[in-house]
Parts: sequence; C-alpha cells; structure tokens
Amino acid sequence: MPSPYDTNAFTLSPASPQAAAISQLFVGTLIFLAAILVLVGILIIFAVVRYRDRPGAPEPIQSFGWRKLEIIWTAVPILCLVVLTVCVAWTMHVGDPPALEKSPDLRIVGHQWWWEIDYLKSGAVAANEIHIPIGRRLLLELRSADVIHDFWVPQLARKMDIVPGHPNRMWLEANTPGVYLGACAEFCGNEHAWMRFQVIAQPTEQFDAWLRDQLTIPSKLNSSDAQRGGQLFVDRTCANCHTVTGTPANQRIGPDLTHLASRRMLAAGAAENTPENLAIWLHDPNTFKPDSNMPNLQLSTDDVHDLVAYLETLK
Amino acid sequence: MKDAAISDAGGLSFEQEAREGWLSWVASVDHKQIGILYLWSSTIFFVVAGVLALLMRIQLARPENHFLSPTMYNQIFTMHGTTMIFLVVVPALIGFANYLVPLMIGARDVAFPRLNALGFWAQAFGGVMLYFSFATAGLNLGGAPAVGWFAYAPLSEAAYSYGPGVDYWIIGLLGIGVGTLTAGINLIATIVCLRTEGMTFGRLPLFVWMTLVTGFLIVLVIPVLNAGLVMLLFDRMLNANFFRPSTGGSAVLWQHVFWTFGHPEVYIMVLPAFGMISEVVPVFSGKPIYGYEFVAASGVAIAFLSLAVWAHHMFAVGLGHPADLFFAISSMAIAVPTGVKIFNWTATLYHGRLRFTTSMLFALGFLAMFTIGGLSGVAFAAVPIDWQLTDSYFVVAHFHYVLFGGTAFGVFAGVYYWFPKITGRMLSERTGRLHFWLTFIGFNLTFMIQHVLGMYGMPRRVFTYPPLPGWETMNMISTIGAFVLAFAVLVFLVNVMVSLRSGEVAGDNPWNAWTLEWASTSPPPPENFPNGVPPVRGRRPLWDLAHPDRTDETLMRLAE
Repeated sequence: MPSPYDTNAFTLSPASPQAAAISQLFVGTLIFLAAILVLVGILIIFAVVRYRDRPGAPEPIQSFGWRKLEIIWTAVPILCLVVLTVCVAWTMHVGDPPALEKSPDLRIVGHQWWWEIDYLKSGAVAANEIHIPIGRRLLLELRSADVIHDFWVPQLARKMDIVPGHPNRMWLEANTPGVYLGACAEFCGNEHAWMRFQVIAQPTEQFDAWLRDQLTIPSKLNSSDAQRGGQLFVDRTCANCHTVTGTPANQRIGPDLTHLASRRMLAAGAAENTPENLAIWLHDPNTFKPDSNMPNLQLSTDDVHDLVAYLETLK
Repeated sequence: MKDAAISDAGGLSFEQEAREGWLSWVASVDHKQIGILYLWSSTIFFVVAGVLALLMRIQLARPENHFLSPTMYNQIFTMHGTTMIFLVVVPALIGFANYLVPLMIGARDVAFPRLNALGFWAQAFGGVMLYFSFATAGLNLGGAPAVGWFAYAPLSEAAYSYGPGVDYWIIGLLGIGVGTLTAGINLIATIVCLRTEGMTFGRLPLFVWMTLVTGFLIVLVIPVLNAGLVMLLFDRMLNANFFRPSTGGSAVLWQHVFWTFGHPEVYIMVLPAFGMISEVVPVFSGKPIYGYEFVAASGVAIAFLSLAVWAHHMFAVGLGHPADLFFAISSMAIAVPTGVKIFNWTATLYHGRLRFTTSMLFALGFLAMFTIGGLSGVAFAAVPIDWQLTDSYFVVAHFHYVLFGGTAFGVFAGVYYWFPKITGRMLSERTGRLHFWLTFIGFNLTFMIQHVLGMYGMPRRVFTYPPLPGWETMNMISTIGAFVLAFAVLVFLVNVMVSLRSGEVAGDNPWNAWTLEWASTSPPPPENFPNGVPPVRGRRPLWDLAHPDRTDETLMRLAE
C-alpha cells in the first residue's frame, strides 16, 4: 500500500477554480517581484564592481541627489501597485466568492486536535477525512469547539481561520478526483502538528456510495473477540468521549467512531489506520501523538486485542 | 542656557559619574554605559534565543522526530520569538541609540538619565521574569509559555494554558514594555531638546532621524500592548471576559489589540537599522547620502503607514473583503517609501569610492537581503496570496529576511562601524570578513529554502511533520544552514572578545567619518565633548572641518 503521504500540497498545482485563481495571481506576482529583485541586484552588483576603491582613484564627486530621479522611483512603484491592487481585488472575488444567503453543505468543527465534519444535508458525521464529489462547489461553515484553528487545503482553496464565536464560511471544490492534503494552519496547542486532514474528491457515484455507507449502522458483530471488544468500549471510558451509532456510546468530545475502519488515517494524520497502529494507539497514545487528549487507559494486551477486533468491524 | 542644562544632566557631577569598578555599571546613569549594558544584555539573549533556534532546527531536521516533545517545542518557539523581538532586537537598537544619539547631536547625555537607567533595569528584570517561567516546570506547572509570541486568545486563556507560564510572559513583557517606553520618551526628548547649536532637523544624522521616528512609534504602540497584556492578565486571574468567546468575549479583539502594537513593532525593529545603513553606506562610499530629505521623509511615511496596516496579519480571520482590501492597499503603500530608501542607498554607491570594510559588506548584504524580505512582504499584502501562505513556512522565511537579513545585518554593520568608537579598539577585519561570509551563506541556506517549504504547504509552528515528498530534504538543508549561522555567531563573539583585549587601537576617527561622534575620543569621556562640540553648519560637520573651502553648504549651492 502506498504511503498516504506520497502526495504533496503544492500551492501552485491547484485543483479547483478558486485555488487556480489564487495560484495565477501568485505566479504573476512572483515574476513581477523577481524582476524587481533582479533589477536591484544588478544595480548593486554593477556599483560594487564598477566603483570599488582603486589605488589613485580621485575623490568622488560630492553629489546630494537629484529630485527628478526621486519622483520617478516614487511614482513608478505606485503605478505598479495600483495594477497589482486591481488584480488582487479581482482574485479575491474569484478565489473566495461571496456566500450570500445560501445554507452551508458541510459544517467543519475544529477541535484540539482533530476535525469533525458534519454533512448538514444528509446527517452523516465524519472525522479528519472530508469526502466530496468532484465538480460541485460546496459551502463550508467553520466553527471551533475550543481555540482558534485554521482550515487549509493548499490545492483546493484559500485558508480560513476557525475562530470561536466568529463562524466563517468558505467554498470547497475539486476539479479532479484525488486525495488533497490539509492541515490546521493556526497554532492551537500541543498537537497542532498532528491536526491534519485529507480531502478525498470522488466522482459523484463513488461519493454517493460512500455517503450511503456512512449513513448505515455497521452490521452485527460476528466474532466473540469483537463482541467482547464492543462491550469493553461501553464499559470502559471509551464511551465517555466517543460515539458509535447504534450503541449506547453517544458522546461527541472525541471523534465519531461509527465508521472508523473506513478511514485512511488515525489520530488526525499521525499514523496510518492499520490494525497494528490502532493497537499501538490504544496501548499508549503518546507513541504517535504525545500530550494529546486521548488518555492512556492502561489497557491490557487482551483488552487492546478485543477492542481492535471490535473497531475493525466499524466500516 | 542649553549648555547648563546639559552639564546638569542627572544632577550628578562628572566625577560622581566616572566609571569606577564594575559596581558603577549598576549605579550608572551615563548614556554610554547604559547603552553598553543594553548591547551586552542583547548579546546574551541573542545567544540564548539562538540556542533555542538550533534546538528547533534539530527537531525539524527529520520528519516524525522525537528529539523534543511537542510541549517543549512549543515552549521553545514561543521563547525564541519573544526573546528575539523583546530582548534582542529592540534592546540592541535602543542600546545603539542610547550610546550614539547624544554624541551625534552634540549633547552631554540623554534628557532623563535616571529614567534611562530605570528603563534598562525594568527591561532586564522583565527578561529575568520571562525566563523564570522555565523554572515552573520543576513544580509540574507546565514551564514556559507555549502560546507563540502573539499569544492568541483563547489559547492563552487559563482554560487552555493553565500553568503560570503565560502569566510570567505577561509580567515579563510588561516590565520590558515599561523599559522600552521610557527609552522612547527619553530619545524623543533628547533629540528635540538637546541638539547642539546649529544641529537643525535638516542636519540631523539619519540614524538620529530614524531613532526619533522610532521613539514616536514606541510611545504610540507599546501602551497598546501593555493595555492588552493587562486585559489578558485580568482574564486569566480575575475572570474578566475580554477575550473569551465562551463567555461573551472576543478572540478577534485580542488580535486587533496585539497587531495594532505588533505591526508598528516591526518598524520599531527595522527603522533604526535603516538609520545605521544610512550612516555606513555614505561613509564607505566617500559621498553624502543620496536624497537625504527623501530618506528621512520616507522613514516618517513608513511610520505613519505602519499604524494603519495591522489587519494584514488577519487576512485569514474572515473580516470580509472590504476590510481585507483596505489593509492590502495600506500595506502595499508601505512598499513605496521602503523602495525609495533602497533606491537612495543604491544610488549613494554610484560614482563613489567603495571601501569594502566588514561594516560595508554587512550594509551591502542588508541591501540585498532586505530587498528580498520587502518584496515577499508585498506578496503578503496581496490578500489571496496571503490566504495561501500566511501561517506557512513562507512567512517564517519572509520575516527572517526582514529581521535577520534586514535588522541583524544592519546591526552587524553598525557594530563593526561603531565598535572602535565605543571601545577604542578595532574589530578584526580579517575575522570580520569570515564572519560576514559565514553569516551570509548560513542565513540564506537556512531561510531561502523555507519559502519553498511554505509553498509546498508546510504550516509553521509545527513540532514535526509527515514525510511528504521533498520536505525532509528541504528541512535538512535549513537545519544545516542554521548550524553554519550559529558558527558565524561564534566567530563574531570570538572577534569581539579578542578585539576587546588586543584589537588595533582605533583613534578618534578611523573611518574618516563625518558625524559628531567621531570628533570625540574613542571611547568618549563621560562628558562626551570636553573640548567643546565642533561647529555644526551642515550635515557633515567633520567634512566641513576638513574641507573649509568645500563645505557641504558651498557644495550644495554649487549643485543648484
């Protein structure tokens, strides 16, 4: 299986109309700025080579400046910046179109240090992985459960802060199927580094199938290990923080685990979602994500085994 | 009348003030001694914060590294930023201003010598307070603050940072703030009131001009920070609700308060360095500064504009397009006066006779590096680019080009230039050149690649990162660069230590410079100008003395 991190998050390879507009402005501006840098560089290097002190060189002419030149190098940059401002205003409009009164499709809730994704139209709940159909512009509502976070998928959209008490909205769209990496971009405490997520853009049929799966309650448990694990989940403290639909576990402090086994990553990007990693995570969360809010429950190896057997059934 | 006021400065006689033993440093109200205290404390904290930076770079050298715990890393980057800004850069610039401004304007001391001493010691105790926070780790109270130098609420509130680290941070910064504020008041009063006969505003050395502008910025914005800090302290200790959204406060308000201070602070940290460059470049070009009026006026323009750009730090907050666009325009406008400065410095080189002393090398390095930092700043003023790059490593690169490539290069230029005046001995030019090239290479190696990292989506303030394609190599390059840079600092410190003992004796005016400080002995006696201040009839009093037939006045008249 290829590593989930074999892709990159390059700002200049956009995969949505919004990100493309920003990328275009970025490239144009970079070229413009590089030209200025080269100009200044040449001016300095020329002066350094041409006017270096040589033995017997005469005393330099004591000049104090020339007003016309001052006016030129004040006025020309102003004109350039006026042009840039126009481009900026246009790109702002295209890269981040107004949301008007439309009702949001998804609600993204930033938690220390994971993402909750609520599909407002269908009622599905996901964590750390946002499935979207390609070619459709979705309106996100961004809310925080605690401190300030920031939603950033470089290839798809602008970044937007998630400020408690100040709900924000933004558009999310992808042209082509693929996995796009996202991360929290505002420092939010201990595990800011492992508050990553992925946007999985799929053709509409695949997305619909995924959504159907998410809305189904996982089937009955077939093995005795899994059954014991399911009991442990409710008896031990797991159920105090997590939800598994169809069971008494209904708390929303930690991620909803109803479809945990269908996810690619654990702990908001800290490890791949494999049974082995899940066992390590339950055994000691500090291995992948030190100082996170997932406690070390001092589980015995047998308990871990049964819990993993149970959680692996939650497809 | 003016002379009487000057010799009475501090109400002490020269004998009482003469340097006697190391205890005199504690009790001194002499602007030169206090200036040197500022410079030494800045150097010590520079080393400390530099070590913190190396720890961060070791942690980031490889993906998923376990060298530092996240908590430790977060404390370290918070302390690195806070220290570099409040205890290294600002004190270094205030130290130089303290030492040089009275000399450059032909004054006996600063206007309020006792206040000056109070300011330094308030700052020093603030620094100690800040670092004392590390000790709370021993009591299992969490240690140093781990909220970034910007301490965004509500993360900095008691609910999310429950140890006393943030409280120490607040108290420490309040102490430092009082120190900086008194320095600002003092410098303004000194420059306005204590200029010698003939030293009109049109003849002030540009370093003094920029110090004056900086003084006004300090007086305008440090109180804003201090007010914000007290509000945060009230939130934490008295359950006030200024910045707590859960109980009706506003997290965005903290950002407005902080950046109202925070962005002008950037110019507080860079304008004096502009001033230093404006002294160094003309002297080593053998010509007066090109467009003096424009260099001075652009500094004033930058300061005014800097008060109206704070929300460009908040483009991602979601303030709405109209607000974003306003701050985009004001931020881009700053590029114009900044460009004017760059062009004038460059023009000063033309038709000159350039002496490539270490000081001049750092000044030229400043020109190139600061241009890069300034241009990437224009990119950030373009809102949608900021939407992509803010809080990424591109920002880290950008402000290090401004504050290291700009301010630190400028300060090093200043150190090599004024060290002979301050100590009476020259810094070694040989070691100096090594220092320059190591700094230049190490700096660019560390930070140039971080632009690319940011463009490839690496967020800043992360204690580790997944092994994305290219990230590991780029981070490793940056870490190697950081060690080269650290070695350069070591070379510099050795140069200072060795030159203090056995450097070549400088004489009064080793560079053939023109401003008044070079008319006094090196180092100057406590009373600065025991034989009287030379007459000031132009911007370059010592040039006029040396060329009575071709004074600046006559040259200017001829030019017209």
